[in-house]
Formats: sequence, C-alpha cells, structure tokens
Amino acid sequence: MKLKLRVWRQRNTDAPGAMATYEVDGISQDMSFLEMLDTLNEELILRGEDPVAFDHDCREGICGACSLVINGDAHGPERTTTCQLHMRSFKDGDSIDVEPWRAAAFPVVKDLVVDRSAFDRIIQAGGYITAPTGAAPDAHATPVAKPDADFAFEHAECIGCGACVAACPNGSAMLFTSAKVNHLNVLPQGAPERETRVLDMVATMDAEGFGGCTLAGECATACPKGIPLPSISAMNKEWLRATRKVRR
Amino acid sequence: MNDYTHYTDHTHYPDYTAYETGAPIADTKAPEGPIAERWDRRRFEAKLVNPANRRKYTVIVVGTGLAGGAAGATLAEQGYHVEQFCYQDSPRRAHSIAAQGGINAAKNYRNDGDSVHRLFYDTVKGGDFRAREAGVHRLAQISVEIIDQCVAQGVPFAREYGGLLDTRSFGGVQVSRTFYARGQTGQQLLLGAYQALSRQIAAGTVTMHARTEMLDLIVVDGRARGIVARDLITGEISSHFADAVVLASGGYGNVFYLSTNAMNSNATAIWRAHRRGAYFANPCFTQIHPTCIPRTGDHQSKLTLMSESLRNDGRIWVPAAKGDDRPPNEIPEDERDYYLERIYPSFGNLVPRDIASRAAKNVCDEGRGVGPGGQGVYLDFADAIRRMGRKEVEEKYGNLFDMYERITAENPYEVPMRIYPAVHYTMGGLWVDYDLQTTVPGLFAIGEANFSDHGANRLGASALMQGLADGYFVLPSTISDYLARNPHPTSVDASHPAVTQVLAETEDRLRQLLAVDGDRTPDSFHRELGEVMWEFCGMARTDAGLRKALDRIPQIRAEFWRRIKVPGTGKEFNQSLEKANRIVDYLELAELMCLDALHRAESCGGHFREESQTPDGEAARHDEEFSYAAAWEFTGTGKAPALHKEDLVFEYVHPTQRSYA
Repeated sequence: MKLKLRVWRQRNTDAPGAMATYEVDGISQDMSFLEMLDTLNEELILRGEDPVAFDHDCREGICGACSLVINGDAHGPERTTTCQLHMRSFKDGDSIDVEPWRAAAFPVVKDLVVDRSAFDRIIQAGGYITAPTGAAPDAHATPVAKPDADFAFEHAECIGCGACVAACPNGSAMLFTSAKVNHLNVLPQGAPERETRVLDMVATMDAEGFGGCTLAGECATACPKGIPLPSISAMNKEWLRATRKVRR
Repeated sequence: MNDYTHYTDHTHYPDYTAYETGAPIADTKAPEGPIAERWDRRRFEAKLVNPANRRKYTVIVVGTGLAGGAAGATLAEQGYHVEQFCYQDSPRRAHSIAAQGGINAAKNYRNDGDSVHRLFYDTVKGGDFRAREAGVHRLAQISVEIIDQCVAQGVPFAREYGGLLDTRSFGGVQVSRTFYARGQTGQQLLLGAYQALSRQIAAGTVTMHARTEMLDLIVVDGRARGIVARDLITGEISSHFADAVVLASGGYGNVFYLSTNAMNSNATAIWRAHRRGAYFANPCFTQIHPTCIPRTGDHQSKLTLMSESLRNDGRIWVPAAKGDDRPPNEIPEDERDYYLERIYPSFGNLVPRDIASRAAKNVCDEGRGVGPGGQGVYLDFADAIRRMGRKEVEEKYGNLFDMYERITAENPYEVPMRIYPAVHYTMGGLWVDYDLQTTVPGLFAIGEANFSDHGANRLGASALMQGLADGYFVLPSTISDYLARNPHPTSVDASHPAVTQVLAETEDRLRQLLAVDGDRTPDSFHRELGEVMWEFCGMARTDAGLRKALDRIPQIRAEFWRRIKVPGTGKEFNQSLEKANRIVDYLELAELMCLDALHRAESCGGHFREESQTPDGEAARHDEEFSYAAAWEFTGTGKAPALHKEDLVFEYVHPTQRSYA
C-alpha cells in the first residue's frame, strides 16, 4: 500500500507545532500501525531528518504507552490500542492524520508524545489499598462473591493509556478515575478507605486540570479495554455517599 | 575513557572463543541445616537496622516491574528512603504487565497433593537441575505469602461462585496451583505493586524518576554507591547516590531483536553493572516460549505471546504427512499428528516450555509446519469448544482469542490458531548470592535481572512468583544486613573522582554514537544481530554454529561503530539515541551469551546442544562436568572473560534425566 501521512511535529513542549506531510510506500496489510511508523522513521533517519517521536513499549495492547489520535479517533478506527491496530484497516492511497492526545492536562513532550503523569498523581491520591507487605491474612479468609470479583476485574482492566481523556470533548478523566475507584471500592479489602479514596481521587483529578464530565460518552467508545460508561455514574454514587458520610 | 576504536579494527581482533578459568565461588551465603529452616535461619542471623535509623539510608531501585515495584514499596514501608527509576513515562508500564497466564503458589487449595516441597521439586526438576536448591526452596515457601499479600492489595484474581480463588494447571506440573486473573495476571499483580508504590510516592518516602534511564553504575572503594542516569526528555545526564543499589531492570531477551519483550526492555543496567565488576551468570540460558504468534514478514518489530494456559485445553498438532497444505478443518482426524500427546502421553500438551518448543521446531524442520514458510503448528480448540461449550472457553480465554484475531484477522473459535516458538525470558542474569547481592558489595539484583531460581528452564507462572518473592519478601529482609554492617559510609558526591570518571565515560559514549554519522540505522544493526543470535544461539546450538556467531558478532560490532547513524543531539528527547546506546550493550552481551553456550558442551533445559542428546532426541545433561552455574567476570574490553564456577550440590532433589513421557 501507498499512504499519505499528515503527522503532528513539535520539537518540545514550548515550541509551536504543525502538521507535516509524508508519503510511505510498500506498506503491508499485516503491519501494525506502529510498524508502519517504524518504516517511515527508518526512511527519515537515512535522509538525515528527525524521526517521529511516539510512545510505545509492549506492542501487545497492555502497557498503555501508545497513544495516537488517528483520523480524529483516539487509537484509530478499531476499538483497540494503536499498537494492535493493523494496516488492513486502511486502503491503498488513504490519507491518514496522526496527532498526539490533545488535552490541557496532557502537555505535548515531543511530536506525538505527551505527559500523562497527572494520571499517576490521581492514583497516588488514593488509588490503592493500604496493605503493607507482610500484614496480609490468608487469601481465603475473606471470600469475595463472584459477581463482585468480576465487577472489580472489569474495572481493573484499565491500562491508563488516556484515550478516554483524548476522546472527551471536555478533556475529562472521569472514566479513568472511576475505573480505579470501582475496582477497589467494591472489594471488602477496599472498604476501610472507601470514602477517602473517592473524595481524594476526584479532588486531585479536578486539581490536575481535567475537564468536567457531561456524559458525552465518547470516553467509553474510545476505551480499548471496554471500561463501561456506567462506571462514571457508579463513581458519582460513591462520591455522593462519601460526602454525606465523611466529615473533614 | 571508552575504547571503542579497537572495535572498528577488523584485522586485529582477539580470539573471541577464549576465556580464562578463575577461582570457583566458594560461599553463596546460603545457610546450612535442613532446607526448610534455612530461610528462617538467614533472617535471624541477618543484622537489622533500627526502625528509627532507616530513614537515614537511601536505596536506589532501578525498574518498576514486579520485583522493583514491590521492593521499592516495601523498603519505603519499612522506613528507608527510596530513589526509584524507570525509563517508561509511568511506573505502571513495566513489562511485567504483559505476563498473561498466572502465578504459582503452593497453597494446595485444591487438595490435589501440592505442597511447598512439591513446588520446590517441580521447579528444580523443571530447571533441569541447574538452580541452587536453597534459593528454590525459599521461593516455594514464600509463594503462599505472595497470594495473601496480593489479595490484601485488592488484586482481582479469578474466583469461583463460592467466592474462593480459582486455580489452573501449567506446563511441567501435575497439580493445579496457578492463580490467575483471566489472561492479565501480570497486569493485575503489577498494578497492585504500582499502587503500593504510589502510596509511598505520595507519602514522600519514594522519589520517583520516570522517563529516566540508568546508563552506568557508580562504584566507590569497591562498593556500589549510585548510578548515572539520563533524563530521556531533556537528555540531561545526572548522578544519583545511595547506600545500596538494587537492579530490577528485567531480562535481556531483546538481544534477539524479535522477542516477546517490550520494545524498550534492555540490558544496559545489568551489562554496565557487569562491566563494573558484577559477575554475569549463565548468559546462554534463554527461554524460547512455544506458543507465540508466528511472524508475518520482515517488517515484524516484535512477537506476541499467547499464554501457556491455552495448553490446558487446546491441542497442538500438525498434518501427519509432509507438505499437506489443505486448510486445517479439511484434514481428517486420522491424518493429524498430535505430536506432544503422542510423544509425552502423561504430560501431553503440558510438557515444559523447552520441550514443547523443540518439538515444534522438529516437526517444522521435517517439513510438516503450517502457515507461511511452514513456520507454525496448530493450537486447536475445537475439542474444548465441543466439551466445555463456547461460552466457557470465552470466559477462560476470551481476551487471548480476541488478541489473536486482532493480529492475524483469523477467528480462533472457527480456525485453529497457528503458533511458533519465540524468545521470551532469560534465566541467566547477574550472579547473586542467597541474599540477592551481586559480586559488587552493595549492588543487588532481583527478578529477571538476576540468574537465581529457574536453572536452565523456567516453568510457566514462575516468573511472577520469583519477581514478587524477591521484591516483597527476600530483598527487604536481606538488604538490612548489608546496610547494618556498613553503618557510616563516607559520603559521596558528584565531585568524587570515581563519579566524574563514570559521568565522563557516559557522556563520551553518547557523543561517539552521535559523531559517527554513518549510513545505517540502529534498527538495521539490531535486526542483523538478532538474526545471528536466533540462528546460532537459539533453539538448537552447535559448536560450529557458535564459533561462527563468535566470528560474526565482532564484525557486526565493528561495522556498527563505523556506520551507525543517530540523528539529532544528546540534549533532547531522542529515541534513536536511546536505541543505539542499548544496541552497544547487546553487541557485547551477545558475545558472552555465545561464549557461554559454546563452553557448556551439554544440553540442559533451554540450552540444547545438538551434539548432546539422548537417542530419543531429548536434552542430555553431563552432570559430572557441568553441574555448576557459570559466573563470568569482565576483565576489560577486548580481553577474554574469566569463568568462575558455583558448584551446584543437590541434597534433596536427586538429578535424573527429566522425563515427561
């Protein structure tokens, strides 16, 4: 396949950016989208130009590093991560726009690479269960009903890629935050910190400059791991319950 | 200064098959006495640091995977100050996250005859009797605590309807001791460790340096005192100091270019430590995983694993006749060869990884492989779907099937999957004693970065177990002994001559890489090296092949230093520079791997020397000659390394020819 790419180029956080146009040829249907970009970069290096910077690591759809907006969609046309998107989703002669995540809370580092450390700070605010090493009772001391365990797992699948934020017209991080709140709050082990967890995580999310949620639902459509939209309403319920219960 | 000039000199390179034999390793610090009491004894004998004094100590931890994340969180909980590093943008992305199948523990919740001793036995046997008994037994003991710890953290393991934990079987064992979280066990365990680490970052006890890569080790007066690291965003090179350094930087499978490792997983931290005095043990022990998705062409950048758990219910086969190119569903039952079930009736599809991989290679070499280039075998779920129903198969393996379909555009519910072996894990690594300390005092190595518990072949679901055992339980107990015995180390800062020298060497190396301005990309060299390694140091190795590799690698290295092209500068975000710098180390490590493979003229586990096999084609060990761990000492660039042997003594598990028939 022969393709025309329009790629966002930006030297660093403070420099202005612009779309640059490239052509790539000899692209196989079996290539992943990132392997197609590898091909472009090999050519750029040999031409003495700066290759396109993008985040990627496991290339198995689980580490959450890759993060491209492709033709306006976070992670592109299929419901998966960019690394698992294959060129068979495109046609010979296509023109493809490639941009970084766009959100106030995710400043561009270079080209297609953004800074998602705000996500880490949301987790640091309460996205954990306090269980110092060595303090644990036997694993079978507390059975967990299968529906609760499955609910926890479904939310724990979040890979922290940030597609939800990139897809949201408001740049909101509600789906990311709610996934972790719901994972931990449904478990008996998470109960002692249930209220402080949701209050602190939501407060940090707001302070990091993410937008508010208007339930547009774009986040859940873009999520490669299928975190469901009702996750957000479940967190809102947790938050309301906590504000009534906790005096601070 | 670095001496890379001799690398570019084709005519005078030394004999790369040569090595010297150094003094054997006399003391591994493993205590004496009954094996089940040794870990207790060591913990009791270890000196402790008073809780009030711990905050005066700083420990550097490099890596945030299962081992590093667990160690950083636990050391900080104990009261130490931790400086933690990862090259990723977040500690949550370490490659432990990609482990799929599960984690072993001798809980015996199934009442199927499991015990600590059985897990110990299975692991020593699975490793083909090339691991240290005392360490493996400790691992089996700790396995039960790991599950408790992870459940307390909220790791959502699979559960049954009664609310208790579910388990499944893995290769090389006959009990059901593998705990799992669908096909994402590594992810869930890693997020547990990441969350524990995040709590400490918020508390200020861990200082996290993300997007910062360790490029060298600082050794002062014979002790590890810090690291040199590069900020991957600004390119700034900085030095960091501590009372001890812990490397949890993972394995070196990416030497092969194509592997199941993450793209940026690399060997720089352990290789630079090796150059500074840490022995490197059993570098040739690499694991080729039998169930990966076959490659599709030259553009392939990495390989994707399909969890070994699939072998619980999937059946592996190839056509009985050579060159049978009918679609799989048109090949009748009696014209298929379920070769693992045929050759190994009692373990069937669940033989250990090294055996399953080699068997796949053998049938493909016979011309019975399937798919493009005949480099594949079928993994078929038709029987399982008939037996369990599609819904249950979906519940157990759904995400793996989805992943397969996304990559291959084939539906595994209808067409058998095609799989082929790929480089997955490295059992070798930095040599460590029972305390997980390397031969450089104050430098520890944990997780895949060390060589410890898996011998010549790792059993499935044991990497997660070892990473977490090292990080949560072993290192936090043993490091106090080192710290307590070295209470008032002289303070070190950036002006110390040992530090300025390492800093200058690091800057110089990067400058040289940028200065060559040749005509070949970093990837082109990495790919070339990988092809040599896969051909000569992959699933089957020969004396002649390894000698060829030891001839080729120095040539590639010379070529690299003459023709490498790295665009941009060192003072900015520069992924090509990162890559090229890692390849510098692969080019040296690859040579040691081949030398180790050449010197070990026996087959054991994942190391299969064609000259050494039984009449049935199984690996033939030579215990009288090779019952040792090979610990290599770096003696200087371009100089022959020195081999130090750690004799392996088996008091509890008597070495036998492994049999899974």
